[in-house]
Amino acid sequence: MQNLIALLVAAPLLGAAVLLCGGRRLDRSGHLIGTLLAAVSFVIGVVLFSDLLGRGADDRTLNQHLFSWVPVGGFRADIAFQLDQLSMTFVLLISGVGTLIHIYSIGYMEHDERRRRFFGYLNLFLAAMLLLVLADNYLLLYVGWEGVGLASYLLIGFWQHKPSAATAAKKAFLVNRVGDLGLSIAIMLMFTTFGTFAFGPVLHSVGDAGEGRLTAIGLMLLLAACGKSAQVPLQSWLGDAMEGPTPVSALIHAATMVTAGVYLITRSGALFNAAPTAQLAVTVVGAVTLLFGAIVGCAKDDIKKALAGSTMSQIGYMVLAAGLGPIGYVFAIMHLVTHGFFKAGLFLGAGSVMHGMNDEVDMRRYGGLRKHMPVTFVTFGLGYLAIIGFPGLSGFFSKDKIIEAAFAKGGTEGWVLGGAALLGAAITAYYMTRVMIMTFFGAERWRNAATTSPDEPSAEPAAEHRGEHAEPHPHESPRSMTIPMIVLAFGSVFAGAFFGIGDRFLRWLEPVTGHQEGNSPVGAATVTIATMVLLVVGAGIAYLQYGRRPVPAVAPRGSLLTRAARRDLLQDDFNHVVLVRGGEHLTRSLVYVDHTLVDGVVNGTAASFGGLSGRLRRLQNGYARSYAVSMFGGAALIVAATLLMRAV
Amino acid sequence: MSFPLLTATAALPAVGAVATAAVPAAKRTAAKWLALLVSLATLVLAGLVLARFEPGGDRYQLTESHSWIKAFGVRYELGVDGIAVALLALTALLIPFVILAGWHDADPLETNSSRWRPTQGFFALILAVEAMVILSFEATDVFLFYILFEAMLIPMYFLIGGFGDRAHAGSDEKAAAQRSYAAVKFLLYNLVGGLIMLAAVIGLYVVAGNFSLQEIAQARADGSLSMATGTERWLFLGFFFAFAVKAPLWPLHTWLPNAMGEATAPVAVLITAVVDKVGTFAMLRFCLQLFPGASRWATPVIMVLALISIVYGALLAVGQRDIKRLVAYASISHFGFIILGIFAMTSQGQSGATLYMVNHGISTAALMLVAGFLISRRGSRLIADYGGVQKVAPVLAGTFLVGGLATLSLPGLAPFISEFLVLVGTFTRYPVLGVIATFGIVLAALYTLVLYQRTMTGPVKAEVSAMPDLKVRELVVVAPLIALLIFLGVYPKPLTNIVNPAVQHTMSDVQKKDPKPAVEAAQ
Repeated sequence: MQNLIALLVAAPLLGAAVLLCGGRRLDRSGHLIGTLLAAVSFVIGVVLFSDLLGRGADDRTLNQHLFSWVPVGGFRADIAFQLDQLSMTFVLLISGVGTLIHIYSIGYMEHDERRRRFFGYLNLFLAAMLLLVLADNYLLLYVGWEGVGLASYLLIGFWQHKPSAATAAKKAFLVNRVGDLGLSIAIMLMFTTFGTFAFGPVLHSVGDAGEGRLTAIGLMLLLAACGKSAQVPLQSWLGDAMEGPTPVSALIHAATMVTAGVYLITRSGALFNAAPTAQLAVTVVGAVTLLFGAIVGCAKDDIKKALAGSTMSQIGYMVLAAGLGPIGYVFAIMHLVTHGFFKAGLFLGAGSVMHGMNDEVDMRRYGGLRKHMPVTFVTFGLGYLAIIGFPGLSGFFSKDKIIEAAFAKGGTEGWVLGGAALLGAAITAYYMTRVMIMTFFGAERWRNAATTSPDEPSAEPAAEHRGEHAEPHPHESPRSMTIPMIVLAFGSVFAGAFFGIGDRFLRWLEPVTGHQEGNSPVGAATVTIATMVLLVVGAGIAYLQYGRRPVPAVAPRGSLLTRAARRDLLQDDFNHVVLVRGGEHLTRSLVYVDHTLVDGVVNGTAASFGGLSGRLRRLQNGYARSYAVSMFGGAALIVAATLLMRAV
Repeated sequence: MSFPLLTATAALPAVGAVATAAVPAAKRTAAKWLALLVSLATLVLAGLVLARFEPGGDRYQLTESHSWIKAFGVRYELGVDGIAVALLALTALLIPFVILAGWHDADPLETNSSRWRPTQGFFALILAVEAMVILSFEATDVFLFYILFEAMLIPMYFLIGGFGDRAHAGSDEKAAAQRSYAAVKFLLYNLVGGLIMLAAVIGLYVVAGNFSLQEIAQARADGSLSMATGTERWLFLGFFFAFAVKAPLWPLHTWLPNAMGEATAPVAVLITAVVDKVGTFAMLRFCLQLFPGASRWATPVIMVLALISIVYGALLAVGQRDIKRLVAYASISHFGFIILGIFAMTSQGQSGATLYMVNHGISTAALMLVAGFLISRRGSRLIADYGGVQKVAPVLAGTFLVGGLATLSLPGLAPFISEFLVLVGTFTRYPVLGVIATFGIVLAALYTLVLYQRTMTGPVKAEVSAMPDLKVRELVVVAPLIALLIFLGVYPKPLTNIVNPAVQHTMSDVQKKDPKPAVEAAQ
């Protein structure tokens, strides 16, 4: 059975290879090949899952060793896989949601002339993401880690002829590289500490290592997680990443890739448990990001960017939970899975809206769409209820548990973290209600409006291929798009209850991550009630602001905070001034220094010995060859002379 | 006596060079085919060397030894260890691609027929360089090595000075002047390095009484040849200086961007992927083996210079406006990594450095040759003259991206393994240096992706709108290189198998052992 693990990765990898090298003759069937291979991966995942379920709770780890990858001295890296409950959960999420989004993309990308390539990149992403969660050592994980980064780069920049898309893609890759710095150093530290970087040996020997080293490794892993999961301070790329086609935003920048940081921390749980300082840093990053993302989400008028802020914030919840240690690991992953359903669903809904609206993304030009797009409205609405934590839906179970766990951390930290998580829940309710109302309720503001808004141009440049630039005629999307939305809505509604009731998810994951009940200063019921109250407050304010009053088609100036939030709380401005400008000055002056100083000094030094510089100048006058030959002749003479001297 | 395989591997391209040069002027195409066939036959011989080489066997294999200049104990002595075999294979592998990529680079100019462009000469010179480089990897006699080390400058000089890149911003005269400047700068830098080395070679002879690498190294190891500390250090510096010019190491690097910028793309590949490797190879073979004490003594300074090369080269690459100069500065950064790995004196560092030499050769060849195809289409080396190429020539853009990704050491491609090994090998002994060097991975992403973004993405510029995609000949050049990058990224074992034992020998030469991990990990 364990021999099937490699096939999980191999199937989409084959798809990527075939689609990207296949050439034009696959243009007509490429999307079907890609979708089929994604589905194959999912089916294998289900087979393996049922096999794991048939085993005892402590016997659910399968290993597959393919070959020795880099054997150099004491340095050993293998191409080897480990499938346990944690990676199994991810495999099902990745291949399941992945397959749905492949199906959705068939319709969404129908008119794009480069659709085959798009599916090739999607398959490449699936392969890399599955490799990431199935690797049994950190170096192989790194390959998957960069592989998803590459796929993300290619897909964000899919519409490369748009400069903004190309810039966004580059930015995502670069910011992620800063995170990779952390992963590289973490692996090196593991190697010097343990002599290996395979999960088993490292995580079983953390007890013997000093806490200082473990803290350093933990912080470096956190840096890596910040990059991939768009956590503060490396979050700036995610908003721009919305330049990619919407299915990409749903799959990569909401449901799967951006959660890789949470996977990394949870996978390294044993290590973090032994490094409380690193854990504290993780919780702080999570708490800050969940508020940061939520605030940004409140201010955006671009529906995808509002959802991106939300993603950042929700992953902040997961990171916070993962930082809590055994109190939180299970809930981090549980929220990750439910979030995968409802956030992917929300993005697909947003894509469906854009599809019907000539690729308009500005919510101020939406309004009243519920009548025109009933399926999108219902599925999006269910996703909305799930994410704000409406009782009984998925988000209710998973987010509530994280808030409880944050309080259960105990002490001042518990109060601060719990308070932040509660506050985040209120803001979540606010911005999601805002999105919901602006899109589906109120006046139909798209009538009599110019098609493209001046300050936030559409992220989807395919408009010119798809249809007229005249007034949009909102319509429901084709079946290939609505069915994935319906399936995901189903998950948004029921997954939480299925996982939460009877602690199913807890019992499934506990053997890998461990679990502890913290000692919470507040009862679970109190937390739930407080969350509900805040939810109503948040949603209520949004209703008063956007439901009761007409939404202006052009954004009002807004308060200082609103304006800052629109600009992602000025992080980009900071980056621009400090890193971009500073870097430009640095490289420019270095180019000058290299040309004049270094070159000059070296030539000059040589000149003082052999008149090199003078020769150089004279040699340019056309006598170059003769001088060169004479130089060489001189060298030969010296050799000959020395030999003669010895002989005499 | 068995068949002298090593001599044959070097002699074949040498004979081929003469034959190619002798092809009548009118039969240009025949000369090209002859050169290509010779280079392919050399590749077959290199394959034989690879097959006959036993990784676990003696340190030097396939040895040949003949008396040459009896009076001074100069011998024609050849032998290869795993490191030499790997680099020999790399050289033999790259030359056919260089020839194929430069297929039309030396055709007579139609517009300017007064200028004589000797096609035969171009390909003959390439083969001559191949012969000398291969022989220098094989030579185990210090004097023989020195002769080759210097002699290969001559064909290189003519390749740079005589066959410049036709895409030039200035007038023909200005282009010729800059080309000539670049060629002379290349020659003089390397000649000065060589002269200093010559002094050291003579000094070594005075001390040791012969030129045999194996004999001297053996005598050094068993203590029968002791050198005064000062003498050893001076000799070491003499050798190292020459290799550091060739490699090149900061601040001796400034000839490389000139040379790579002015030369045609295939010749630029020849410089950075093949000839420069002799420098780093020689550091491993001669500096560490002959002067282990002095090598340890000089390590701190060399490590810092290597680190400067890494960061400085990368930053300079970011600031370049010329595609080929950008690749040149990127190479300077990569040579920094190689030298860092060599002098970290750990088995990961040195195996990584050797792998790095091979992988850098392949990845730079891929990137530079595609860049050359791009430049030849538009007639400009300036990044700003391009934009949106991806839309009109997707295959060209795709292969360019893969070459770029290899240059930034994307995991899954071969350069990642070597770079990570170098970093780990450095980190285990010098954590701070290792961390600083790791910043190189961010800078590499910066210069590569900025280059790709500016040339390939965005709106299609009018000047590139009619640009044709890669032709069959060009695909034949690029596709195998890319396949190799992927293969060696996933399965580098064939390479590590032959390199590891050689590195163990070098490690014991310098009397260094890998640092032990802090904790014995549970298995």
